[in-house]
Amino acid sequence: MKVVFDKPKALTETPFHYCPGCTHGIIHRLVAEAIDDLNIQDKAIGVAPVGCSVFAYKYFGCDMHEAAHGRAPAVATGIKRVLPDNIVFTYQGDGDLASIGAAEIVHAAARNENITVIFVNNAIYGMTGGQMAPTTLVGQVTTTSPYGRDPKLAGLPIKVSEMLATLDGAYYIERVSVHDVKHIKQAKKAIKKAFENQVNNKGFSLIEVLSTCPTNWGMSPSEALEWVKDSMVPVYPLGVKKEGE
Amino acid sequence: MEKVLMKGNEAIAEAAIQAGCKYFFGYPITPQNEIPAYMAKKLPKIGGVFLQAESEVSAINMVYGAAGAGARVMTSSSSPGISLKQEGISYIAGAGLPCVIVNIVRGGPGLGGIQPAQSDYFQAVKGGGHGDYNLIVYAPSTLQEMVSLTMEAFDIADMYRNPVMILGDGMLGQMMEPVEFVKPPARDLPAKDWATTGCDGTRKPNIINSLYIDPAELEKEVDKTYEKYKLIEEKEVRYEKYNCDDAEIIVTAYGTTARIVKSVIEMAKEEGINVGLIRPITLWPFPYKPVREYADKDHVKAFMSVEMSKGQMIEDIRLGVNGKKDVYFYGRTGGMVPTPDDIMAEIRKIVKEV
Repeated sequence: MKVVFDKPKALTETPFHYCPGCTHGIIHRLVAEAIDDLNIQDKAIGVAPVGCSVFAYKYFGCDMHEAAHGRAPAVATGIKRVLPDNIVFTYQGDGDLASIGAAEIVHAAARNENITVIFVNNAIYGMTGGQMAPTTLVGQVTTTSPYGRDPKLAGLPIKVSEMLATLDGAYYIERVSVHDVKHIKQAKKAIKKAFENQVNNKGFSLIEVLSTCPTNWGMSPSEALEWVKDSMVPVYPLGVKKEGE
Repeated sequence: MEKVLMKGNEAIAEAAIQAGCKYFFGYPITPQNEIPAYMAKKLPKIGGVFLQAESEVSAINMVYGAAGAGARVMTSSSSPGISLKQEGISYIAGAGLPCVIVNIVRGGPGLGGIQPAQSDYFQAVKGGGHGDYNLIVYAPSTLQEMVSLTMEAFDIADMYRNPVMILGDGMLGQMMEPVEFVKPPARDLPAKDWATTGCDGTRKPNIINSLYIDPAELEKEVDKTYEKYKLIEEKEVRYEKYNCDDAEIIVTAYGTTARIVKSVIEMAKEEGINVGLIRPITLWPFPYKPVREYADKDHVKAFMSVEMSKGQMIEDIRLGVNGKKDVYFYGRTGGMVPTPDDIMAEIRKIVKEV
């Protein structure tokens, strides 16, 4: 029988622990497919974050390093400086990257650190039970913004990709989404490009992926995909924000 | 090899390079700035990397990454900066990675001051970061010892897969003395087959991690670390005994303070008072054994801990003495380096009391 669909080689046999309808699984798969396509599994070293994807080190079939909350870009810097010929990537959520790790990501980008960053933005802290994130939308209800995010109290969402694109050092910044097949295909291309850039020594590449959290948003999986399209994309416009020379 | 006159901080940096350290991540803070400056100058010339991080938090996490990739790596800072590094230090200890961390201690708490102090003893020896772990802590008292211990620290870190801290102070970092760079005896070091170097399929992927969601698994991992600590306590304790044989008062002091106490011992002799010194070289593992031994001796009337702090090492002295003798204390805070006369005056008081 002809195999028409299979698990990427760069994923392990460990079943994902993610909630039903969460798009981390899709994004993991896209990362693994990029690693397979570029044939770099033997050189890849992943840095896992703290948050829902904390167990990323169980899912990717390459060497993995579990970082402290927000510190993945610093850990990746340490690895890449020691092993410049390896392919080093981080996989981080919005609490991890945009809040507690804001300094680390800004300076890794400013140094044009030759690493690949997969930034999963679902506008909420998932693992800790649905708290407000720096990327939570205005009016969005979370356990720590129970009356909706109030800009007077909690400021406005951080547009990480646009912010990092202002840095002269950063090489490649793109925002994608995985709310439908068309966008998943675009996301796949972007993620592969972010790895290719590193292979070609181009420098810092970050792909922001708009993602779902049906559990903490209080939605069904299909409602969550609709919410990404209707509520998140208008605030976080998709596209290439920066591509260096 | 001939002796060279060097500043303490530069001597540490050169010793690290000679021990094979090729990677350094740091952040500026007084009084240790000569260490990163020296590394920035030298490391690029030997194919290494010096990187000034955006914060101490970031610097220690770069060390975490580099150590995980199997490199000999170091960072240095001073007290407030070491506080910031505690998160990373706990992760490094939790993941069982080797690295060397230098603390050129200054006064505290808070911003404190920039002058020499010993008030980070608790932070260095009793944990510092969260969770059950220990650093191996070296407390050099001369620049030559600083050089030798720094060189050895990398071997010890690799041997036990544990971070090693060099606990100096602003005095040792800033003073100059002649030093000689002599390689420590070669040790049979374990291969770093756990490092993240890329997995070509000939082995299982390596995972650097300190997360164990299953409590039984976490306990098993921590227990394993404590088996290692037991071994370190058996094998790696270091101290110096000076003039203890007939001493009526045993002074305990480390680092800069111990140097001063040696002058006091000569002064005391002239007054007919026999003072001895137990100088811990490893603050962890702590040399309880000589303290216990002298607590049992009839000729010893009392102990006295002299520190540039409000009394931190004294807790370990009391544990060693175990109530068998009185333990006195003399301590000054950051920059108020005690003079031999200050300490001698305290000794005279104790002699009258015991």
